This record gives sequence, structure tokens and C-alpha cells, in this order.
Amino acid sequence: MLITEMKVGETLRSLIQGKVFTIICHGCREVRFPEQEVNAFVRELAAEGIVTGTITTDYICNPDFLQMRLKGRMAEIEDADTILVFSCGVGVQTVSSYLEDKRVIAGCDTYALPGYQGVTPLEHDCDQCGQCYLNLTGGICPLTACSKSLINGQCGGAKNGKCEVDSNMDCGWERIYRRLEKIGRLDVLKCPVQLRNYATDDEVSR
Amino acid sequence: MRITELFDNGEFVVTAEVGPPKGICVDHVVEEAKSYLSGITAVNVTDNQSSVMRMGSLPACIALKNAGLTPILQLTCRDRNRIALQSELLGAAMLGIDNILCLTGDHTKMGDHPGAKPVFDLDSVSLLHTVKQLESGVDLAGNPLVGEAPKFAKGAVVSPCSDSIDAQLAKMERKVMAGCDYFQTQAVFEPEKFIKFMEAAKQFGKPVQLGVIIPKSVGMCKFMNNNVAGVHVPDDMLEELRADKEKTKAGITGVEIAARIIKECKPYCQGVHIMALGWESKVPALLEKAGI
Repeated sequence: MLITEMKVGETLRSLIQGKVFTIICHGCREVRFPEQEVNAFVRELAAEGIVTGTITTDYICNPDFLQMRLKGRMAEIEDADTILVFSCGVGVQTVSSYLEDKRVIAGCDTYALPGYQGVTPLEHDCDQCGQCYLNLTGGICPLTACSKSLINGQCGGAKNGKCEVDSNMDCGWERIYRRLEKIGRLDVLKCPVQLRNYATDDEVSR
Repeated sequence: MRITELFDNGEFVVTAEVGPPKGICVDHVVEEAKSYLSGITAVNVTDNQSSVMRMGSLPACIALKNAGLTPILQLTCRDRNRIALQSELLGAAMLGIDNILCLTGDHTKMGDHPGAKPVFDLDSVSLLHTVKQLESGVDLAGNPLVGEAPKFAKGAVVSPCSDSIDAQLAKMERKVMAGCDYFQTQAVFEPEKFIKFMEAAKQFGKPVQLGVIIPKSVGMCKFMNNNVAGVHVPDDMLEELRADKEKTKAGITGVEIAARIIKECKPYCQGVHIMALGWESKVPALLEKAGI
């Protein structure tokens, strides 16, 4: 099981640039999704006239399925400057790798719950850390793409773009840097120092 | 003495490094350092280098300090969480260690305990941030420290000959933002790359020490070329080492190469950091040849 929680509206607004295309994924049966909150937020944005289109679907973590769902909506996507995705971390990563040169923003944080993890295809991995970093890393998860799960940039261990631990694995931060470069967002590397919060249990983190 | 004071005075700062032993007798390390490294400014003491378990950096620092040398405590984030790291820093300050080098650290899988848990609760950037926080009199959680706050010369590393210079510069900038006072670099064998890097790194206004390894043999260089990130020994240097086997074995060729690199890079940096890797005895000759 996992729980997705919408990030604070203000945070999301600060990340939205220009027009927005929103993707809402109700996910698999194993996900608890903040449906009402998300719908209200998207309605707010729509009322301001900045939404080029919205799709509500499920299983966007499946790349083929995602592609099929987005196919008829590419004009609206092209028209948007920001793609706002409300889903678990796997969904956001699938969208950001498909729409490589778009600014893809994660609208939710994903928390783990014990139990059956569902049928999520593991082409992308979400650590369900509850403090989604995808908005600082161009939609590539630093926790799962970096063997040290570093959140403040690459270590000195990459050789020819490969990880020191596994020479078959691309350096996650090298990928993040290139992606940020591609979408013109290298400025996020100047963000404040990031610290993991391992106490994401509801009662501790609030 | 914090080495930042020397940088501030415009001095060219020379440091070297030693590794604590895998055992409890530190005499050999101290003797070597006393014999060959007492003329230089400070000596880094590695923290379970390459993830190989050894005596801790802090006790070995104290042994060097008692012998009259100025140690630089290397701290990695591989083996300790934020509580242990802060605790270690307070202990170091109490013992009069005021020079540190903050590193993320190699992965545990690289070393002799590959099954160990890699911690990486913090990383080089957040560790620098943590130190700065302690210096302001509060810990990372915002709790006040009792009494005087510690004060360190906070160093970090950067890899100027890496294949992704732009990403390295971005990380360097994050370290500067987090409070880094000075940098030591990965070993440089390509002065032209280093000089180019320094032109870009100048903007940060922080002193940078050129990293130097004395090349011991062709085999060692080939190993570094294949395995060590950010290090590339060019072919002409390999040829030079190949030319006269006896001279290379005696360390003369290696010292010549390293001295040449230092001379070429000296106008562009604020110091040199020598990683002798067991050839501590060659350090005095190297410095003399490099004109330092």
C-alpha cells in the first residue's frame, strides 16, 4: 500500500510556470489518493485560465499506457509550459521521462504503507519517502537513481558517467544534471541544503 | 591553527595526507609524518579511506598533534548518521582539532566490509551545513550548544579533471553556499584541464589546493585511469614512466612529473595537497624540485 498526499498548494504555485497541463492519476487499488483536494486545486487553476487541459486516468506508471493516454492530447501538452502530475513518484518519473524536454512537476508526496505494493511496473522506482524530491531533480528520483541516495548533488565517484558501485549503472546525478540542463532548470541546484527527514510518520513530522 | 588563517594571509598552503593503520599501533604513521611531513603546513588524516576499516581519523589526528604536526580531520558520511557526526565534531573541537575536510565518502561496497550498511544520512554538502550550524552555537535540530561554539576551517573536495566539469562546478557552488572555506582537489595529471577549471572556479573566491599524486609506475597509472573517477594520466606521462624503469622505480621520474605539474599549476591555485600513498619519503624532494 501507499498513500499520496498533495503538496501544499503554495509550494505547487511557486513551481508552476506559465500554462499548465494537469495529469491526475487515481492509481492502482493499492493507492490512497487525495481526490477531492486535487480536483479543487485544479479547478482553482482552471478558473484562472492557465490550464490547457486535464486528464484523469490510472496506471500512468505503465509507459505504453501513458503514451496511449497522452496521444490525443499532445496539442494541449505542447501548449503548456508546466506539466503538473498528481500521482505517486513512479507516475511522475514515467511522465518526466516520456516528456523529456517538458517541465514536469510532482504534485504529491508518496508515503509507504506496509502490505501489498500493487502491480506498479518498476521501470522507475519510488522510495515512498514522503518528501518527494522530483521537483528539484528534473523528475529523476535521487534516492533510487543514486546508489548513495544523495540529495545535494553528485559525489566524486562517477567514472565516464557510470556509478562507482556498479559500472553498468548510469550516475543518477549525471542524469539529473543533464535533464535539468535540457529543461533549462539548472537554477534549482542553487536551492537550500536538503536534509532527509526519516521521521515521516504523521505524528512526528507535523 | 586553522589553515584558513594562512590562506587569508596569502600563503601558499602545502598539505599531505596519511592513513591510520589497521591496528592499534600508530607509531609508524607518526614517525613517517615527523620525518617527511613536518616541514609542511598540515596533514590530512583519512577516514576509513576507500571504505577499508582502520583506526579512526580522530585518534590518529591526536597522535599527530601530540607529535607537533597540524592534522586535518577527514570526515565522511558513510559510517555515521547526523547525530554521530555532530558528536564527533564536538569531540574534535574539544581536543583542539580545528581543521576538517568534509566528504561524502566512498560506498561501503568499495571496501573490505562490502556487506556493511552505507549510512549517507548526510552528504558533503549537508555536513558542511551542519558544521556551520554548530559554529553558530546550535545543533542541526536547532538545539543550543552549551558554552563556547566550535570553530573549524571547513574544507571539501572537488574534481577538476572530471568528465563533467559543469556538474562538478555546480556541486562546488553548493559546497560554498553551505559554508566551505577551502578546497582540495582530486589528483591532477592534466594541468591544462586544471587551469581551465580554475578560471571557472575563481568566481567562488575560495582557496583551492591542487591535488598531487606522485606516479609510482605505469601499472599504478593505468589502474587509476581505469578505476579512479576524475583521474586521467595522459599517454606521454605513461611513456615517460616507461622510458627508464630504474629511474621510475627509484621514484625520480614520478617526482619530476609531479613537480612539473605543480610548477605549471601554481600560479592558478592557493596551495598544493600531496597524496603520497606510501611515498611520504619522496615529499621533501618533490617540494624542493617544485620550488616550494
